[in-house]
Amino acid sequence: MLGKRVKIKAKGRIFEGIVMPSFTDKLVLKLDNGYNVGFRDYEILEVYEEEFKSPLPPKVEWKEELPNVKVISTGGTIASKVDYRTGAVTSQFSAEEIVSDIPELAEICKIDATLLYNILSENMKPENWIELAREVYKSLKKDYEGVIVTHGTDTMHYSSAALSFMLSTPKPVVFVGAQRSSDRPSSDAAMNMICAAHAALSDLGEVVVVMHGTTSDDFCYIHRGVKVRKNHTSRRDAFQSVNYPPLGKVIYPDGKIEWLAERFRRGERELKLKDKLEKKVVLIKFFPGLSPEILDFYYDKGYRGFVIEGTGLGHVSTDWVETIKRIAEDSLVVMTSQCLWGRVCDRVYDTGRYLLQAGVIEGEDMLPEVALVKVMWLLGNYSLEEAKELVKKNLVGEINESLQFY
Amino acid sequence: MNYSELGLKVGIEIHQQLDTKHKLFCRCPTKLMELEESNFEFFRYLRLKRSELGEEDRAAKEEVERSKKFLYKFYPTTCLVEADEEPPSELNREALEIAVQIAKMLNMELVDEVHVMRKIVIDGSNTTGFQRTALVAFDGYVEVDGRKIGIATLCLEEEACRKIEERNGVVVYSLDRLGIPLVEIGTKPDIDSPELAKKVAWKIGMILRSTGKVKRGLGTIRQDVNISIAEGARVEIKGVQSLEILDKVVEYEVLRQVNLLKIRDELRKRKAEVVEEIFDVSEIFKDTKSKILRKAKKVKAILLKNFGGIVGREIQPGRRLGTEFADIAKTFGLGGIFHTDELPAYGIGEEEVKKLKEFVGAGENDAVVIAAGDEERVNRALRRIIERAKYCLIGVPEETRKANEDGTTSYLRPLPGAARMYPETDVPPVEIRDIEVEIPELIEERAERYVREYSLPKDLAMVIADSEFYDLFEEFAKKIGATTAAKVLHIIPSELKKEGFKVEKLSKEDFRKVLELIAEKKIAKEGAEEALKMLCEEDLSKEEIAERIGKAENLEEYIRKVIEERKDFVLERGMGAFKPLMGVVMKEFRGKVDGKIVAEKLKSELERFLSG
Repeated sequence: MLGKRVKIKAKGRIFEGIVMPSFTDKLVLKLDNGYNVGFRDYEILEVYEEEFKSPLPPKVEWKEELPNVKVISTGGTIASKVDYRTGAVTSQFSAEEIVSDIPELAEICKIDATLLYNILSENMKPENWIELAREVYKSLKKDYEGVIVTHGTDTMHYSSAALSFMLSTPKPVVFVGAQRSSDRPSSDAAMNMICAAHAALSDLGEVVVVMHGTTSDDFCYIHRGVKVRKNHTSRRDAFQSVNYPPLGKVIYPDGKIEWLAERFRRGERELKLKDKLEKKVVLIKFFPGLSPEILDFYYDKGYRGFVIEGTGLGHVSTDWVETIKRIAEDSLVVMTSQCLWGRVCDRVYDTGRYLLQAGVIEGEDMLPEVALVKVMWLLGNYSLEEAKELVKKNLVGEINESLQFY
Repeated sequence: MNYSELGLKVGIEIHQQLDTKHKLFCRCPTKLMELEESNFEFFRYLRLKRSELGEEDRAAKEEVERSKKFLYKFYPTTCLVEADEEPPSELNREALEIAVQIAKMLNMELVDEVHVMRKIVIDGSNTTGFQRTALVAFDGYVEVDGRKIGIATLCLEEEACRKIEERNGVVVYSLDRLGIPLVEIGTKPDIDSPELAKKVAWKIGMILRSTGKVKRGLGTIRQDVNISIAEGARVEIKGVQSLEILDKVVEYEVLRQVNLLKIRDELRKRKAEVVEEIFDVSEIFKDTKSKILRKAKKVKAILLKNFGGIVGREIQPGRRLGTEFADIAKTFGLGGIFHTDELPAYGIGEEEVKKLKEFVGAGENDAVVIAAGDEERVNRALRRIIERAKYCLIGVPEETRKANEDGTTSYLRPLPGAARMYPETDVPPVEIRDIEVEIPELIEERAERYVREYSLPKDLAMVIADSEFYDLFEEFAKKIGATTAAKVLHIIPSELKKEGFKVEKLSKEDFRKVLELIAEKKIAKEGAEEALKMLCEEDLSKEEIAERIGKAENLEEYIRKVIEERKDFVLERGMGAFKPLMGVVMKEFRGKVDGKIVAEKLKSELERFLSG
């Protein structure tokens, strides 16, 4: 009956409307005035058979002289349609559909779109990063000026970090999403997408995240893929660069780019793909009272990569030293800080020195999530000894030699 | 006018703010702020979303085409929910209970489960681009003049932002009002005369106030009116702020529709026609004396064949068909339009008009409309005016209009489509069960009771019953008498208001202080005026007021002194001295001691003196 038009008797009156999905025992009807209401006791008098017209594919006139951009959708909804009648929100994936929702894009570039998969960003797994890296790699080999990846916001910074390590890119690879669902007129999706398109054409050769810079619709920041973090649950400007300034900003609506920090330029690096990842890596956040048995648990399950989100300069309770010493023999144990801002330094306090002696490696100024992804990548592609060497080495901009006041 | 012959149908929509502790979808207070208290601002753009069939809502589309930037003022009393930076909270239970109570008072049937919807609104007055609204009850009635007027729906929805100003394509909104709970009550189109419209609106307003849980004061209640006549069209008139002009709004709208139909008939007879072209006439006005045209980036014109004399024809007092076109231009951000029925004037010379007419190929019976400004806006506005002019040959367009203060109306936007609502998925549905509400005494009934129980005059009884301090009246009428209580609560304050005192500053507590002082005999009832005056100016405790007004204790002493000083006079006149002495004493004690008490005391002191 869902989606059908019915006539019912309820409350001693006759109602007509379309049957809507219900999560309780009520019958939810969309009345002709547009309102949905729920009825407890009702009698269905008639069910109408109604024809639904399928949507017409919109046509786009591409401007031949404009550069080509590839859009890879991972389920992050950058553009969606609302059926005001049924209230259903559907995602759009074809280039035509994206552009019909954001016509400005057709003035910036020619778009080619692929729907890679359609999963919520919270359900994303390392397998998906591999699949995505391969798809982006394929596109980068072709005649596109840049690649845009539309992505859910929850784990976008994990994905951007993963691709940063897996891909050496001579072109911009731009992650973009929306904090407000794109079915609402106030959604940040369109502006983020327009700014992403400008970034994808720019003089840039790395993986970045492009999202609102402030709560206003004034500009987007271009964040380095390994230095960005979602720092707010709901605000448009949730994504912030940590321990490195944003690479630049894209002014809206004119699309001008102001560069703010040193970056990999277009063509600076050769295109390479190293797409192996070790999945048995864990990120553990230490808190007062947490037992070191948690390390044993994972170790016994075969995990050999451990990233610890420690306190302050990079500490855990001294109770942990013995356990760490035992597992560090044949594992990679990397210390990061739950402060997020700043560099880990285990040489200042005794606890830190014990940890270093036990085999902990300082994660420098890397974000914990970035360290996690980096360890997955290192253990997937290098020997343990090599990996231990490379953790503290800056590979793609994830580590700064000097921190400044940002 | 013969309304039944014209087939007049009127429906009213009343929007009333509720006086809840929190807003409808967040925990912010329902408090309005001064603009200076704003501590942050941000701006946004809104975009139009297409429906599944790629269709765009007409009203929404027109608003988007006006492409504006919206600036929002944020306050310490607003939060990320108003800023569309955090999901809404669950539906405010207190507001729902009030809505249910009102529904029952309007004899309505409740839905079993309330679903919050998003109604698309793209004028920027909602940061989200939609207004959250939920249908709570349906199918009730009110009785007016012995007739049952149907109430179609009662919805609970969030109030929009307060518009502060509009300049150069930027609209400034204040977030303080956004999210205050509103009930929207829509009658069926059962109303068939302007007078009845006014009465129905009054009655519903009275019922709403009877709950004691609705906001009062300017802007807290708004009426929209839907009006149509048989050959006309349904026109929605938004924002009738005062009940006083409601009947006039209906009258004027009928007049407008009747006149538009007359125009249609004449245009058809003349075989009038609208030319689809937009002419660039900037060249003609390069050196014009009209400042507006000289400064504009572009001046463009359209040609209305055989419209001569009609564009300037009055359709409502002071408003012409040309004014309707000008309204459209204004909604696209232009200052207005000029048309040949009013030219030459406004610095536009005869020679220019001649050139203009020549350029577009206008004949003697044709009219030319010109608009000036930046090209995009001028084009969009003129395209819309062409569409509107073509509709003159069809009849009255369905549209949303705005009520002006004099009862006339101005064009606002096309009538919104019926289907621009989709579910607010962030707010779970609420089952209405076990909501028990009391049905309060109606203000009307209360007033009748006052007449009966306290012998108050009818008008005064109504005012007191309708006042938010009616409970104070009932409490003190028994202690100090209904007349005195009514004086303190209504008669004195309204006099003071005329004298320019800030009476609206007086709180319930202030009135209570004065009433208690009288009841406790710490001041005389004549002292009430003085006490209220003081409270308008500053915050005072009961003790301070009593202190300042002076106690009645010195009265006897003062009387004795007065008699002593005028010993010879009193001895000479005897009790005949009462009247002159009364004047002397009252001069000192007026406003402090009840005149009756002064008279009594003076009389007994005089008697004592004369006898002793």
